[in-house]
Amino acid sequence: MLPNYRPDDVDVHPPLLSPGYRSTVARAPRQPLTYLPQRLTEITGPLLGEGRLGEHDHDLTRQHDGEPQGQRIIVHGRVRDGDGRPVSGSLVEIWQANAAGRYRHASDTWPAPLDPYFDGVGRALTDDQGHYRFVTVQPGAYPWRNHDNAWRPAHIHFSLFGRAFTQRLVTQMYFPGDPLFFQDPIFNSVPDPDARQRMVARYDHASTAPEWALAYEFDIVLRGRESTPFEDGDDDE
Amino acid sequence: MSERLGGTPAQTVGPYLHIGLRWPDGPYVVPEGTPGAFWIRGRIFDGTGAAVVDAMVESWQADPDGRFDHPDDPRGARPPAVPGFRGFGRSETDGQGWYRLLTVKPGPLPDPDGGTEAPHLSLSVLGRGLLHRLVTRLYFADEPAANAVDPVLRGVDADRRETLLASPAPDGFRFDIRLQGDRETVFFAV
Repeated sequence: MLPNYRPDDVDVHPPLLSPGYRSTVARAPRQPLTYLPQRLTEITGPLLGEGRLGEHDHDLTRQHDGEPQGQRIIVHGRVRDGDGRPVSGSLVEIWQANAAGRYRHASDTWPAPLDPYFDGVGRALTDDQGHYRFVTVQPGAYPWRNHDNAWRPAHIHFSLFGRAFTQRLVTQMYFPGDPLFFQDPIFNSVPDPDARQRMVARYDHASTAPEWALAYEFDIVLRGRESTPFEDGDDDE
Repeated sequence: MSERLGGTPAQTVGPYLHIGLRWPDGPYVVPEGTPGAFWIRGRIFDGTGAAVVDAMVESWQADPDGRFDHPDDPRGARPPAVPGFRGFGRSETDGQGWYRLLTVKPGPLPDPDGGTEAPHLSLSVLGRGLLHRLVTRLYFADEPAANAVDPVLRGVDADRRETLLASPAPDGFRFDIRLQGDRETVFFAV
């Protein structure tokens, strides 16, 4: 049997052409996407494991000799598919700005301080139940030049592989109650307001570390799947 | 069947994707020195013809025997025929919009409908200004017989098929990606 990954509902993902986010105008394809029935290359995918992780990759506050500035936070959650099945043993990659809203990147030159003790990159594997956990600092908001006085709400970039090429997802995690949502064309590019809220983490007091760190829970849902028959001459199963 | 959950929306990787996604060994689908390995190189262009310098290409492919080391391959998972073969590659674009992948040619694949898929790589394109990844396929121009019967290529308008063909180059193959406009690359909904 071949798994078949269901498409997400139409309003879950942003339209590629979202003119409020100016960079989409010259980059979004103008031809309609061509439908591709899923075959072997689409229902398989890279299963990248332990070999890609360093000891402190999940703890962004311990990657240097000193501690970064900012509010320490735990960010954790479950990765599941659209049928609620845990996605286990799957690589989760994150990156973010520091507490002042500055990225450690040559192209980020706005006048907020860099932090010598913060790179802003993390990696983790999901466990058998799909759980992942990072320790980091609360990222700051930052200005960009998309429109007059534009500011990105604080966010953490998440990259997920799932178990198949078809499940690949890159998203951003936002923080509850951010006053900058109203003017952010990237957050608001998601048409369905309920889907948009699925990018907002939940403050999770039960998971805080007393006298150490606050906590947020961010669950991620990748595409669900069904099975269809597969005919093949040298099928050895 | 359990309760359906709503999917998490996609968002752009943004201009600072390199922080989280750059791997020193990213472009190496196979280790350097692998017999028969070649480079796939190409540039990414936007609708104005400008090079896209803040994008990333990811690739996924079968091994030279047309097998995947993956439990969902119905023929069974099998360790790769080439030592160190990862099947997966990723390369950010440089200041001129170039990406590069070192790999070997995948084998043909049996198609669920009884045909045969020509050797190909599946590609994801991520970048600033792309709110969702783009998916395309890279086929090899020096496989005309296999390409002629490939079910995916045959489903693409004849006058756009050449956008999916990598052409022979001095150290491998050349495959440019045009996000928009004249000779726009065919992108797929999977």
